[in-house]
Amino acid sequence: MNLFEIRFHGRGGQGAVTGAKILGDATRLENKHFQAFAHYGAERRGAPVMAFTRVADETIRIHSYIYDPETIVILDETLLDIPSVQEGMNEDTFVVINTPQAPQEIKLKVKPKISTVDATTIALDVGILVAGIAVVNTIMLGAVARATSIVTIESVKKAIRKGLAELPEKVIETNVEAAQRAYNELQIGY
Amino acid sequence: MSKIVSVTGNHSASWAARTAIPAVIAAYPITPQTTIVEKIAEFVENGDLKSEYVRVESEHSAMAACIGASALGLRTFTATSSHGLALMHEMLHWAGRARLPVVMPVVNRSLGPPWNIWVDHSDSMAQRDTGWIQFYASNNQEVYDTVLMLFRLCEAPKVLLPGMVALDAYILSHTFTSIEVYDHEEITDFLPSYQAEHWKLDPKDPMATGNIAGPEYYYELSYAVHEGFEAARKMIPKVEADFKKHFGRFHGGFIDTYQCDDAEVIFIAMGTMGEEAQLAVEELRNEGIRAGSARLRVFRPFPAEQIQALANKAKAFVVVDRSLSYGHLGGAVTEIRSALYRGGQTIPVQGVIAGLGGRDVRYTDIKKLIHLGFDAADKGEVKPDIFYGLKR
Repeated sequence: MNLFEIRFHGRGGQGAVTGAKILGDATRLENKHFQAFAHYGAERRGAPVMAFTRVADETIRIHSYIYDPETIVILDETLLDIPSVQEGMNEDTFVVINTPQAPQEIKLKVKPKISTVDATTIALDVGILVAGIAVVNTIMLGAVARATSIVTIESVKKAIRKGLAELPEKVIETNVEAAQRAYNELQIGY
Repeated sequence: MSKIVSVTGNHSASWAARTAIPAVIAAYPITPQTTIVEKIAEFVENGDLKSEYVRVESEHSAMAACIGASALGLRTFTATSSHGLALMHEMLHWAGRARLPVVMPVVNRSLGPPWNIWVDHSDSMAQRDTGWIQFYASNNQEVYDTVLMLFRLCEAPKVLLPGMVALDAYILSHTFTSIEVYDHEEITDFLPSYQAEHWKLDPKDPMATGNIAGPEYYYELSYAVHEGFEAARKMIPKVEADFKKHFGRFHGGFIDTYQCDDAEVIFIAMGTMGEEAQLAVEELRNEGIRAGSARLRVFRPFPAEQIQALANKAKAFVVVDRSLSYGHLGGAVTEIRSALYRGGQTIPVQGVIAGLGGRDVRYTDIKKLIHLGFDAADKGEVKPDIFYGLKR
């Protein structure tokens, strides 16, 4: 089974789980199969959380945990120092980070394929805020589409529209445009 | 029209309720089941599902409400997990022995103390003898499909038993995948409306139920419940075949076998571990090792004959239980050894306890466990039952 596995690191309230699901939906639009799930524990706003998307060309029969993700998405750069972020990371891992820093400035134990985008600034610019917190999940999906070949930006935009369908039209389009902006502004360090 | 939706295992169960349209749904929250009844509340509120949604004060009351509704001849549904199922225990017997076809997803979760909300089959295994049909699902589509199949099976006049479909906590309950769902009109050929022909409470035709029955009657009534299970045993293949005819999917019947025809060692597990085992088998086959996987999908009625048929071809079984009957073994391995003894079969059965309280079990672990089966087959002797992954 040819799997592509993505791990999201965020803080409770940043929408990591929704991001993992919308990414799954985007791959589904390209006729792939997916699972999207979170690491459930004692979630609370602001605490470190993990979410996962597992993608394959066929029905997924694996149900255990993800240990060696091909891609690690970091929604909050203050998480870079916690041990779980670098677990299973190697020189082939795509690491997509929300930070104003350039990829060359990021120091990790190994040298993965780092790309960076300032998603928080984009969110603040366009006003994607929930309870005063910049929500960067959909924005980072635009970056993932560019950094990896797992899904196209067109499918990401369609999936955002579907995933946020219950929100006002203007909010949905703001999210779609912000994802495109992250796609355009991504700095690729490999 | 049928459509594809991205849903969790819990919402797959909610969608199945929406498709089957139970007349009465009793709801009480418990982690990790809550989102099943939460989603159904949304369906009812939005007018997408016309059911009487009864909010009760405990799981015991949830089952009591289902018993009352089902006794009126109405299609009835609820859902629970873990301690909620344990609290229902008394009422489970009542639904079973009163022959009331209540359908209930059970999200498999451990029991405390200590608090633990993750996957463990101990909750449903402990309800083995309550007179409920038990299915164990391995993916979200199977959850949805099995709820529909259970209504058909449980409501059949010769069966008339309640049924539960168990799904692994978080691994299924909170994991999104895409599944196919149907409108009610698309399934009525497969699942007609429920007609309680046997007995029902009706104010216009009063009757009493649940009265005292002394030693001269009770035994026969117990046997009648057993006969219901034997009727279910005959009917399960028919329901599954008819489901396949209508919707094109088959989940394996009693036992979902994979590469078992020429397998020397067969790995047996329930739930998602049983599906992941297929990957272990695939890798072992690529290494030239003849392994097979048999996912135990139906636990009651217990498929003893199918187990015996598998043992006719294999040299050894490895059976993993995600539950523990303290002071003895796992629930599945006990039943399997019993079936083999009754069939006069003596192949080694390596018992394994693994994955309790949400401990992850990967297909790489399953490969190691299958190798233990080859050790047993080669030497003809079985190691004492193994507590795999136990840290001491």
